[in-house]
Amino acid sequence: MNDKLHLDKAHLLEQLKQMLRIRLFEEKCAELYAQEKIRGFLHLYIGEEAVAVGVMAALSPEDNIVATYREHGHALARGLSMQSVMAEMYGRTNGCSKGRGGSMHLFDKKQHFYGGNAIVGGGLPLATGLAMANKQLKKSAIAVCFFGEGAVAEGEFHEAMNLAVLWQLPILFICENNGYAMGTALALSESETNIAKKAQSYGMPAWQVDGMNVVNVEAATTKAVQYVRSHQQPYFLECQTYRFRGHSSFDGQLYRDKAEIEQWKKHGPVKQLKHWLIQNHQLSDNDFNRIESQIKQEIIEAINFAEQGQWEPVEDLCKDVYSPATPKINTKAEQGGLA
Amino acid sequence: MKVQTNSSEKMTYREALRAGIEQCLNNDERTFLMGEDVGRYGGCYGVSKGLFEHYGAERIIDTPLCESGFVGVGIGAALGGMRPIVEVMTVNFSLLAMDQIVNSAATLRHMSGGQLNVPVVIRMACGAGLQLAAQHSHSWENLYAHIPGLKVLSPATHNDARYMLSQAIQDPDPVLIFEHVMLLNNQGEVFNAPDADMEKAVVRKQGTDITLITYGGSLPKVLMAACALEALNINVEVVDLRCLRPLDNHTILASVKKTHRAIIIDEGWKTGSLAGEISAIIMEQAFWYLDAPVQRVCTQEVPIPYPSHLEQAALPQVEQIIRCATILFAGEQ
Repeated sequence: MNDKLHLDKAHLLEQLKQMLRIRLFEEKCAELYAQEKIRGFLHLYIGEEAVAVGVMAALSPEDNIVATYREHGHALARGLSMQSVMAEMYGRTNGCSKGRGGSMHLFDKKQHFYGGNAIVGGGLPLATGLAMANKQLKKSAIAVCFFGEGAVAEGEFHEAMNLAVLWQLPILFICENNGYAMGTALALSESETNIAKKAQSYGMPAWQVDGMNVVNVEAATTKAVQYVRSHQQPYFLECQTYRFRGHSSFDGQLYRDKAEIEQWKKHGPVKQLKHWLIQNHQLSDNDFNRIESQIKQEIIEAINFAEQGQWEPVEDLCKDVYSPATPKINTKAEQGGLA
Repeated sequence: MKVQTNSSEKMTYREALRAGIEQCLNNDERTFLMGEDVGRYGGCYGVSKGLFEHYGAERIIDTPLCESGFVGVGIGAALGGMRPIVEVMTVNFSLLAMDQIVNSAATLRHMSGGQLNVPVVIRMACGAGLQLAAQHSHSWENLYAHIPGLKVLSPATHNDARYMLSQAIQDPDPVLIFEHVMLLNNQGEVFNAPDADMEKAVVRKQGTDITLITYGGSLPKVLMAACALEALNINVEVVDLRCLRPLDNHTILASVKKTHRAIIIDEGWKTGSLAGEISAIIMEQAFWYLDAPVQRVCTQEVPIPYPSHLEQAALPQVEQIIRCATILFAGEQ
């Protein structure tokens, strides 16, 4: 599929498993949403799994991730446990954000996973700031910022592009172009629909990638990460992908044809890799069924974990609005100087 | 106010702010100052003049005109382990950064279940009085004081201008500091230590008859009114709030319980003002101590006009405070 990346069977099977894990997890989430176990908004990533899985495979554990409200896949691919993500969807204290964030606000400081940001475009300056900190503190970590093509219309996108290049910051921008900002097609919202070209105009390397193909995404990201780390400069990938489900759980999908969805599904990321592996005799039906049943078991365990989770006591409602009080420094008042 | 026993130095409010910034930069290598024209230009109001030459471009960072972008970068850098001081040239432009301040800085700690914190300080000039007209004269401290997760400081004295930043930069959470433009040129005394913890209100003048509660640019006006009222045998107490979120209710209520009357002087528009909030706190928690209804002296409900006579007519004035206090005091004689 791609000759620039060293591929072996075990790695490809792992990538297939990771994508399938996200797919099956989210299909279960949709069921749990219908059962009202999960509430609020639920933005499914189904169809786009190759982007998160491909990108995460190319990162180091110290790198900082900033994602959007459609981030279940990113969290799982990054290494947050399925249990902690499911418990978060349930709003329980054993969730990765102690149940306070829900579907749109998954956080894990240990994994350097900075959300779960639900204002379109809002994560871009944050990620740029993380990159600035890494550079000033001379860390080898880079910042990686995921955002949809809808964010490209926001001022914060352009502000972040400019600052990242102007200040030569080690950041990788991953635009997940799924063609629709909620229900508005790219061509109806952008005068220039080639997003990589926009990024190039700021003076950084920027490429379009087939975001339905996990190997292409990983290969492009590996190259990008090497560049960002060694040059300490930004890099941009526009991953062209497609969301098979609605924007959220409240979407009649009046804005697109069913035929278009079916067309994209033909080369869906899971289907595509599975097909290639079978064709090349790297995967049997039995192997696939075994992977699938492992994941299903993991999902059952995640649900059990979430169901057993506690609700945060109401007495703790206002805990962590602020940090615990810090030691006070000397003041005149304490020295008895002031009335 | 008791006279300081500590040695003091005379300087302008602007110089006091600059000394505070220098202290922070000297104390912590993770601290940098970032904002529009803070470096080569020396700061729109001259606060950071000379810092670029001394600390260099890596620590005194000129930004493009993109408030949301650079405030967000400051917040991100704080998440990443830095201790940034971000200057938004004036409060008027801060609305362009409000998404980052309100949706990111204020929420991240709670929303992440306490995993993250955002040790950023955001300074901005505020207030009216320079004939800068409707888009450059705002007092929006209360917009930010409305937001849980933020701390909001309003240094009204030279000593607070000198030390509040160094207190704020040690705080693990986002702190906003409002620096009133009418104070910048004034000379005043700076001592060798802060007046109090940054979250405490301070009684600037002890009194028995009426409590005048204020903050920021209105404090000098209130102290002038207090002197004039003294001559009229009305002994007022002056509470300088200093911290607008969290409010030091204890100091406010202790004073009102002592004097039984309160006037709040606030450069914000009256409707939805911080003065309204403080009035409600007094009503809820000290109602039975009151001898008269709580009064408010606020800005007239108009966009601030350019001509001086109209601008001054819109803003709280010493004479208004005196009149309000006199009527309030006479009311139940």
